[in-house]
Amino acid sequence: MTGRQRLPGQRPLARTLVLAAGWTVVALGGTFALDPFRNYQLALVAAYLCATAGLTVLVGATGQLSLGHAALMAVGGYGFALTTNALPFGGLAAFVLALLAGALAAAVVGLLLGLAAARLSGPYLAGLTLAVVVALPAVASTWSTVLHGDQGVQIPFEGVPDALRRVVALEQWQAMVAVVVTAAVVTGLTLLRGGRFGLKMLAVRDDEVAARLSGIPAGRVKVLAFTASSVAAGVGGAVLCFVAQAVSPGAYTVGFSLLLVVAVVIGGLGSILGAALGSVVVVLLPWLIGRLTASLPADAAQRLDGNLAVLVFGLLLITVMAVAPHGLHGAIDAARRRRRPTPDVPPPAAEPAPRKVLVPTEEQR
Amino acid sequence: MDRLVFLLGTGLARGAVLALFALALVLIWRGARVVNFAQGAMAVVSTYVAFEVTSLTGSYWLGLLAALLAGGLLGFAVERGVMRFASPASPLSGVILAIGLVMVLQSALGILFGPDYRPMRVPFDDSAIVVGGVPLLSPYDLFVLVVAVVVMGALAVLFRWTSLGLQMRAAAFAPEVSRLLGVRVSRTVTVGWVLSSVVGSLAALLLVPTSLGLNPHATDSLFVLGFTVAVVGGLDSPVGALVGGVVVGVAMSLVTGYLGAGLVPIAVLVLLVLVLLLRPAGLFAAAEARRA
Repeated sequence: MTGRQRLPGQRPLARTLVLAAGWTVVALGGTFALDPFRNYQLALVAAYLCATAGLTVLVGATGQLSLGHAALMAVGGYGFALTTNALPFGGLAAFVLALLAGALAAAVVGLLLGLAAARLSGPYLAGLTLAVVVALPAVASTWSTVLHGDQGVQIPFEGVPDALRRVVALEQWQAMVAVVVTAAVVTGLTLLRGGRFGLKMLAVRDDEVAARLSGIPAGRVKVLAFTASSVAAGVGGAVLCFVAQAVSPGAYTVGFSLLLVVAVVIGGLGSILGAALGSVVVVLLPWLIGRLTASLPADAAQRLDGNLAVLVFGLLLITVMAVAPHGLHGAIDAARRRRRPTPDVPPPAAEPAPRKVLVPTEEQR
Repeated sequence: MDRLVFLLGTGLARGAVLALFALALVLIWRGARVVNFAQGAMAVVSTYVAFEVTSLTGSYWLGLLAALLAGGLLGFAVERGVMRFASPASPLSGVILAIGLVMVLQSALGILFGPDYRPMRVPFDDSAIVVGGVPLLSPYDLFVLVVAVVVMGALAVLFRWTSLGLQMRAAAFAPEVSRLLGVRVSRTVTVGWVLSSVVGSLAALLLVPTSLGLNPHATDSLFVLGFTVAVVGGLDSPVGALVGGVVVGVAMSLVTGYLGAGLVPIAVLVLLVLVLLLRPAGLFAAAEARRA
């Protein structure tokens, strides 16, 4: 093998940037082809993708699962909303400042949680982050002078900038902003995972003892990984707040948090492309099911509303985990390999393992 | 002062329930190295069974019995039908399967029974027993305490003095060696799930009548509290679950009494973060082996 050896999923910096720019242009161009409601859904997908990309990098590279990314999104959303309301001016500068504030707030909370859970392996982080989501409504109503309890925080309406008002509609503008912000977040995560820090995360995931013996500060790597993942989720929350012009605890429930996990798992744990596909499924499937049940009688529709989608997602989660743990991304890879078995690519068995995403327990070391 | 004594008494009864629920988590953790995130959802299914049987027959006790049977069956079905697919090489796949199960069970209950809170009644007087002028516990709290102590005693006897208990401990500790020595490990794991599901169901059955009422999400906070108890006590330690349950139960009762019930989730979170920061393996875990 020539040149620097790379792990699966790693590629040169320039190629990453070109790919990111390409995808962003495609998505931005796509907004012109969509009607307002589709653009709204695209903005949702973009906001969810921030959080799911952060989550999938966390799970894939460190083997830790967070059930609380909805809460971190809420933190980002509150940071965004409160900063927007506090700033005396509007426009692009206010948006960027508020976005940074949301990211910073999520980073602080993520750092605290990461510190509490980083020394542990297994399900501790999952339980701790679950407790965070459950506590979110209580936090909002305890500090209701700032966070305004169940009602949440509203931000002033800001329309399309004057220069673009003739060309794009409001929903399209929101989708474009969401796409640009998400592209920045996903590119950042890709670079983080592909660089030196990514190697450290993989080393810690695969064998913590060996990593520490090689001089990698395992605890610090885990904390930083969780913090980076939290920042991504926080930016996602800020984007969601920008689109909805409000943030409230009712939008960030345990159910929503589990939905993010569903998106990551059905996309394929550890894969950012998978996270994107999963986010699309998570946005579109409830809407499709809602359309199907809308024709039923009111009583049945009310009971099925929401529940049926969760039921389908739960079944999907179990099926994917049991049958195809590598998710949609794994299925696409397998199909691609089957279609053109090139001789100079080593067969799957000889690859450095089919991306081991999940870490062994203490006992099996 | 009276108030403090009453809060301590109530906290003890709540703590007993939390200890039972945490014990159910510990049982599965020791047996299969999985934190059963679906424990709460499974327990709420059993509680719905109790509710339906009680409203059909009019007997609280028949409902209780039916719910415990249902809990055992559910534990069996979940272990054989879902958890068998968890990859042994990863703690995450078990967690994710359990999350899927939570979504399936809770949404199915939502479709079948709707989102309303249904009040559950118990055949006990809810005024407190007064001892020497001080209100202590309600008769129902006393019943809860007695049941919890009896169940924990029975579990201790099972694990300490019976052949099945010895086999379960062996299978959890060293599955390969136990298999070589003739323990049917897969069967003992199933027995562990059934036991744990029954105990978890019992905890929910005892708790739900004292809360808002029965709803598909009625056990969400019970799960978070039970997980906190298990972490405080150490996931590996049944005694830890007992002590942790009492500590957390009393602490939450004091928070409810003096600061307001709204603060309980935040107090749980603070407690969990503190324990994880200061004593990550739990208060009762054996000293951790040095790894590097």
